[in-house]
Amino acid sequence: MNLTSLFYFQDILFYTSFIPLIGILLLVYVNPEQQKLLKVIALNFSAFPFFIFLLIWGGFKKSVGTFQFVTKILWIPVINLNVTLGIDGISLFFILLTTLLIPLCILISWNSIYSNLKGYLIAFLIIEFFLIGVFCVLDVLMFYIFFESILIPMFLVIGIWGSRERKILASYYFFLYTLLGSVVMLLSILYIYNQVGTTDYEVLLTFVFSDLEQKLLWFTFFLAFAAKVPMVPVHLWLPEAHVEAPTAGSVILAGVLLKLGTYGFIRFSLPLFPQASFYFAPFVYTISLMGIVYTSLTAIRQTDFKRIIAYTSVAHMNVVMLGIFSFNNVGIEGALLQSLSHGFVASALFVIIGVVYERYKTRLVKYYGGLVHTMPLYISIFLFFTMANIGFPGTSGFIGEFLIFAGSFKVNSSITFFGATGMILGGCYALWLFNRIAYGNLKSQYIKQALDINKRELFIFLPLICYTLIFGLIPDAYLSSIHMSVNNLIENMYF
Amino acid sequence: MYIPLVFLSLIGFIITGLFGRYIGPKGAAILTTSCLIISFFLSLFAFYEVGLMGSPVYIRLATWVSSEVLLINWGFLFDSLTVVMCIVVTFVSSLVHLYSIEYMSHDPHLPRFMSYLSLFTFFMLILVTADNFIQMFLGWEGVGLASYLLINFWFTRVQANKAAIKAMIINRIGDFCLIIAILTMFVNFKSVDYATVAALAPFFKMQTVNFLNMDFNILSLICIFLFFGAVGKSAQLGLHTWLPDAMEGPTPVSALIHAATMVTAGVFLIARCSFLFEYAPNSLQVVAVLGASTAFFASSVGLLQNDLKRVIAYSTCSQLGYMVFSCGLSDYAVGVFHLANHAFFKALLFLGAGAIIHAVNDEQDMRKMGGLKNLVPFTYSVMTIGSLALIGFPFLAGFYSKDLILELAYGRFSSFGHFSYYLGTFGAFLTAFYSTRLVCLTFLVKPNGYKSVIGFAHETFSYIFIALCLLAIPSIFVGFYTKDMIVGVGSDFFGSAIYNNPKTLHVFDAEFVEFLFKILPVTLSLCGAGLSFFLYNFQSSILFYFKTSFIGRKIYSFLNKKWFFDKIYNELFGQFFFKFGYTMSYKAIDRGTFEIIGPTGLSSVALNVAHKLHKVQTGSLYHYTLTILTTVAIILSLRQCWLIFEYNVDYRGLILIFISFFFILNSKN
Repeated sequence: MNLTSLFYFQDILFYTSFIPLIGILLLVYVNPEQQKLLKVIALNFSAFPFFIFLLIWGGFKKSVGTFQFVTKILWIPVINLNVTLGIDGISLFFILLTTLLIPLCILISWNSIYSNLKGYLIAFLIIEFFLIGVFCVLDVLMFYIFFESILIPMFLVIGIWGSRERKILASYYFFLYTLLGSVVMLLSILYIYNQVGTTDYEVLLTFVFSDLEQKLLWFTFFLAFAAKVPMVPVHLWLPEAHVEAPTAGSVILAGVLLKLGTYGFIRFSLPLFPQASFYFAPFVYTISLMGIVYTSLTAIRQTDFKRIIAYTSVAHMNVVMLGIFSFNNVGIEGALLQSLSHGFVASALFVIIGVVYERYKTRLVKYYGGLVHTMPLYISIFLFFTMANIGFPGTSGFIGEFLIFAGSFKVNSSITFFGATGMILGGCYALWLFNRIAYGNLKSQYIKQALDINKRELFIFLPLICYTLIFGLIPDAYLSSIHMSVNNLIENMYF
Repeated sequence: MYIPLVFLSLIGFIITGLFGRYIGPKGAAILTTSCLIISFFLSLFAFYEVGLMGSPVYIRLATWVSSEVLLINWGFLFDSLTVVMCIVVTFVSSLVHLYSIEYMSHDPHLPRFMSYLSLFTFFMLILVTADNFIQMFLGWEGVGLASYLLINFWFTRVQANKAAIKAMIINRIGDFCLIIAILTMFVNFKSVDYATVAALAPFFKMQTVNFLNMDFNILSLICIFLFFGAVGKSAQLGLHTWLPDAMEGPTPVSALIHAATMVTAGVFLIARCSFLFEYAPNSLQVVAVLGASTAFFASSVGLLQNDLKRVIAYSTCSQLGYMVFSCGLSDYAVGVFHLANHAFFKALLFLGAGAIIHAVNDEQDMRKMGGLKNLVPFTYSVMTIGSLALIGFPFLAGFYSKDLILELAYGRFSSFGHFSYYLGTFGAFLTAFYSTRLVCLTFLVKPNGYKSVIGFAHETFSYIFIALCLLAIPSIFVGFYTKDMIVGVGSDFFGSAIYNNPKTLHVFDAEFVEFLFKILPVTLSLCGAGLSFFLYNFQSSILFYFKTSFIGRKIYSFLNKKWFFDKIYNELFGQFFFKFGYTMSYKAIDRGTFEIIGPTGLSSVALNVAHKLHKVQTGSLYHYTLTILTTVAIILSLRQCWLIFEYNVDYRGLILIFISFFFILNSKN
């Protein structure tokens, strides 16, 4: 069997998504005392899908806009409920991002999780399975099921392995906001099923809802996705959850879970309810703008390292929303690129916080200062990602931001003008934070020991640095794979 | 050959940056300096081929971004404008590298310093050689980053940290405007290449675009925003406050970045986009007015600064004003000519200042110097050369460009030309005054420093000496030798690199300026220099009486405190946003409103309601009956009322009522 035939192996998505589950099965039968073995198994089984998806990218046809590697599994044929798996350019890279970040998460918590390690690793493998599922399925109901299921392991990760008392409140916030948003989505999925007779995505694309239906359905979907993005005013869970979650939890939260919101908008809201999307676009612009400006200003005055980065996440994801609702190729491609870029950069920033948190057990900025004296390598990496965070040209953040603004400027120049003020505010909070952490005198009254990043941590950062640079210097490698898919999406909207 | 010109400095940066601890300070110094010197010779060659032989070079490496109609390439464009900039950048940069080897030799972080300098040079070269706006923006941001790192080089000092953040953030305001300009350009021209935009610009001359719900002329809008970008980088009035503060960085940095190269990027941008500005005369007027105002403002502030480097910083700011208003009057070539001349003598002044600071044990206050003439005679002579070149003493570098700028400004025979001319001429008088003041206070007046410091003042005769010598030569001769080539009447040196609308071409008009106005700037400069020399050397008591008089004190504090720009910015804007970020957006909105409507409100409302319902359960049948009856009555009557009010009531109001319930119920506990 030669390699190319693998690419045409139709069920590859189905089998690949089960790799993490096999890992879980193995983990269950390992003695919890053998921590090293547990971690190695989890690491290997979470990293393996990444390489398979890289191969799939190799076999992915760039010139095709429709779904590839489609697998149809009959589930309950009587009521026309099937599981369809398939990927296009939009979802492929989110899966790659997921499968890249999960092994990194396990590496991050290599030495920092002491209690119930087995459960922790299983939670992450389950998250990986659900996330691959959520990006692969071409069925609204199945999407909903996966979308909701992620809440459970994530809730546990925050609630059990979080750091403070407040973690209970945080996980409650997290659950409340995401659940309340998506409950109404379930209702509208049922409505869709009633109207169309199926929840298959590709069939739904051909169905035209009436104007009123579209508006209502769009709004319910919006509630679910907006809580995930998150948009003002339902963003409150994010700073709480981020601050309380363990580092790996924050990485997954910022790296992938927030992208579920934007992915949902791109995958469902836009092509299924195009009229409503146009109708509600000004509304989305307005609250995205509020999100960008308010959270940027709020971030400036925060004292908690993680909270600052959490607020910047909100600001960046709201910029992405501007791109999605520009309804043109440039804006949507920019939004996709910026989502991925945020996946690398925000994750890396949370790892950066994790590194010092592991050493000094505090996240308050005032206890740090002058770390460049003792941790030069760490600070260099921090500087790199600070620059990527504020959209320095040559990093992926700039390309994403520029494409988004180029797309949305066509549609609404005022919104873009005010949205772009985020560039200035971003500079303020990012640089001020960096300066307080890195420069100045070493606060030796608080920080007694000095330890620069070790090999494990370096190898967590290296892939993230590489991808940030690759997406910034040769984004064409990525953009050329999504052109047709985005084209297809826009065709579905306009015709 | 053209590619190594740009990328050699990057190689220097990567090797010294990543492996600095292996190659050591000496290795880092040799590596980066030799990379830069090779790069300088390459740019000499490029100057010969492109500038003198007139054959522009265009290199396209690869596609950077392509999405729908947006196509951005990695491309390099070498035309006469670029090679002039290349020469200036690589020449000053290699001398600054050379100078820093000795100046920073006591610093343990020499490899880091050299690598930052190389990084800066790389980004600057990217900026000047880019063939599209986005790649130019890469260089533009990159020099900002390098400037941030270099101002912050001595990172334990709070002043340095503050200055670095200030520089970066104020520059980002400019970058924001630049991005808006590029976006407008892309949306209308569908391209961000210089060549395409240049070819399309004439067709958009009369067209308008809707921006912020107002109709603007496309080209005017683009040009205004491009210019605001330049205002940030070139420290023009309004966004200038970062430049004097940036003097917290090491002196070689001030020479390279904050005098010779980076701050001139704005002028370069305006000259580069002459094809746009020429079709947007309104925006040119803005450029001219703001440039002339800066020239005057900065020289007036420079008059009474006491910090040696700050005086030179304000003088840089003021000279940038001259370049900018000369561009604003469509004399781009003259602006660029002044840019090149200014780079040499201003780098000389800064490096000379560095040598002085080195000699007097890191003292920067001019009031504590004096009498250094006999102690550091070589530095004295180069500082004098630099100051005379800056003043515009006849036949030195500054004379040819600054005088020409003022002459051409008058020769424009328009109100904007006259505005610029008078402000510029008065600015020249002030420039001469403070330059001479600097030389007098430092070298000529009686020694005011500590004996221990002055006693050990000495000169060094190695790298610093070489760098100063090599900069003093062009400061004297460059204007004389290149004037006719670059800005001579009928010279086509810039070819198509700088576009001049035939209607605005006026080299001959300047020939008909009255003799009085031609001679006025240089006369005033010499008067200013003479006055300053006389006052500070022989009549310092007059100055003292003036300074201590009532009006004198007011004027002194007004100018010494830089027209209170910093105070206004900090207290009105900085404090406001800081307060807003905490009290408003965090406390009132995030922790207040959204929490009350959201989770805490929900739980407390549920508790409240449960508590109240609990009271209703009396167990008495009469109460229940009464409640049921009244509720039914109210609901029925409401329904009846609704039929009447239906068309007058806005259902959106109900949402407000619903939300306000949360507040009402919450306020009780």
